[in-house]
Amino acid sequence: MTAHDTSANGAPRMTGRDVVLARIRRALAGAPPAAPVPRDYLRVHADRSPQQCADLLAEHLADYRARVHRTGPDGLPATLTRLLSAARGVLVPDGLPGTWLAAATAAGAVLLADRPEDTPAELDRADAVLTGCALAIAETGTIVLDGGPAQGRRRLTLVPDHHVCVVHAPAQVVDSVPQALERLDPTRPLTWISGPSATSDIELDRVEGVHGPRTLDVVLVWSQ
Amino acid sequence: MAGDVARTGVTVVSGAFLGMPAFPEAARAAVHDATLRANLRHATRTIRDKRARAVAELADFPQLRAAGHAVKDHTLRHLDTYLLRLEAAVTAAGGTVHWAADAAEANRIVTELVLATGEREAVKVKSMATQETGLNEALAEAGIRAYETDLAELIVQLGHDRPSHILVPAIHRNRSEIRDIFRAEMGGWGRPAPEGLGDDPRELAEAARLHLREKFLRAKVGISGANFMVAETGTLVVLESEGNGRMCLTLPETLISVVGIEKVVPTFRDLEIFLQTLPRSATAERMNPYTTLWTGTTDGDGPRTFHLVLLDNGRTDTLADDVGRQALRCIRCSACLNVCPVYERAGGHAYGSVYPGPIGAILSPQLRGTASGIDASLPFASTLCGACYEVCPVGIDIPEVLVHLRERIVQGGPVTRAGARVRIRPARGHAAERAAVRAARLLLDRPTALHTAERLLARARRLRHLPGPGRAWTDTRALPAVPAEPFRDWWRREREPQR
Repeated sequence: MTAHDTSANGAPRMTGRDVVLARIRRALAGAPPAAPVPRDYLRVHADRSPQQCADLLAEHLADYRARVHRTGPDGLPATLTRLLSAARGVLVPDGLPGTWLAAATAAGAVLLADRPEDTPAELDRADAVLTGCALAIAETGTIVLDGGPAQGRRRLTLVPDHHVCVVHAPAQVVDSVPQALERLDPTRPLTWISGPSATSDIELDRVEGVHGPRTLDVVLVWSQ
Repeated sequence: MAGDVARTGVTVVSGAFLGMPAFPEAARAAVHDATLRANLRHATRTIRDKRARAVAELADFPQLRAAGHAVKDHTLRHLDTYLLRLEAAVTAAGGTVHWAADAAEANRIVTELVLATGEREAVKVKSMATQETGLNEALAEAGIRAYETDLAELIVQLGHDRPSHILVPAIHRNRSEIRDIFRAEMGGWGRPAPEGLGDDPRELAEAARLHLREKFLRAKVGISGANFMVAETGTLVVLESEGNGRMCLTLPETLISVVGIEKVVPTFRDLEIFLQTLPRSATAERMNPYTTLWTGTTDGDGPRTFHLVLLDNGRTDTLADDVGRQALRCIRCSACLNVCPVYERAGGHAYGSVYPGPIGAILSPQLRGTASGIDASLPFASTLCGACYEVCPVGIDIPEVLVHLRERIVQGGPVTRAGARVRIRPARGHAAERAAVRAARLLLDRPTALHTAERLLARARRLRHLPGPGRAWTDTRALPAVPAEPFRDWWRREREPQR
């Protein structure tokens, strides 16, 4: 949009932008300066060991009806195979480790690559999606995806009804929201997931399962 | 049912609730609607206790509240700077920024953008800004069908109804009413409700999932609002629960977001405050199920075209008021609605605005001005109990603004309307109040006259109802007991002789 349009008689005409900015400046003329922002709130709400942090993440994820599965690196493939055993088609984003792909195949699933030309309706035919994550937040029970390796485009984790997400602890687990924002890149599309899709729209009672994946399996892999 | 008048007897045009009666009349119908009151009592009490627990979990909630308050005040103080920064950042990230001075301009911009895509339908994420501008009606006039996809908004849209709560617009409907609406109306908008649909919330949510799925999967245009916009990075943020937001924000080819100018925050880091206070204050959760953050467009992921429409529509007029501008801090959590004794009894429709409850009582008269009966009555729709201020996560002193607006309405004074300084005249309806205050001043300045008045009053002490225009006041209130004799007489009789 240009800042100035010109009306029929050649005089500059105020655009919406000019009007709004001029009104703001008039409204604020003579307004007192704003007080400095106090940042004395906590960065973390408790002093936790990495193990305690992973425990809290598991507890808070489960609170909102995510199914949490804890294992070590050795047990991961068998866990994935078990979780995907009912899925015929599983979406797999780029960058998924070979052992995860092998685990999905062992479950009898057909692996569906993340192809840009697929329509949402085509994605809808997949039963499940298998991804990693960018990080997870213990205090709020949140998984964050940023479209990086093993995560794929946002729609992959949205259209299928079942999302299996692998979280590596302690490397990917932070305590708090402030710590999470420090580690995230705002230029990437970010999706924060705290439990499966839910609604409180009927009588303000929470019901799980509306438009997003109704089943969220989080595999919390401890490796140190 | 008496409440039906308040629910459906009003036409929504351009966001204004035309023909809306002033708050007392609208509320009278609502408080006699037993179903409505039961629905509201159940819902607000459920969420009230949960919110208190979610907030208590954070030992530093008062500090987070103070920080949120200060960030918003700082941003508003430099709003032009941050909006220009936001515009530059969104543009650099591949988006296009439009500015709309009022609702009509915003609707025109969005309509033209949708028509330019060649599409005649759009999917919508729940958005207060587009409710406020009456966007759906404007799009319908241009032959574009906008589908609401939030469950509560869907209930409102299918029920030809109006929203009654900021967060849960169908809070006035209980499960069996929702089942009836789904059964009767879904077929006219797309996939009908499943055979034999019951009223279990799970079943109802499933019916909405099936009904909306085909619309999400074929949608080419998405329309949204935003909870926050980050000036530094050009990032927009939408918090939601159901996944309908993610559907609308990521599946369509074109995304149009209409956002009030007060939703900007300076830095990405500032989100650490609001992403902690908003979910706990709104749905009483540690975190809502889904939050989407996007910055312009991303190659191969999500919409290829992104338009941001920055909406004024009375916000700069509100900004011009030294006391009233704090209403622009609002992050639309609705905690103030859920604790308000007036809201719990009168319901959202009585407020005659998309912004009901305590925040609506200070926001609507500032955004729209106080020319209409409903807007002039809203600042009086409160007991000033202060519960709203206590729970507000950005510390808006709602009672302070209510009193300020009452004074403005009764006495008249300077206000800003559409950017121009004007002086409003004292409201006519308050003539008796002004006369009473004048009479009081007269009497208090003249001891003899006051004494005579007190004696007369003592003689009339058996009166239970005031005569004349005072009757309305005493219809619902007990008159204070008047002593048998004025204090001065008692003093003279009991004490003075002893001197």
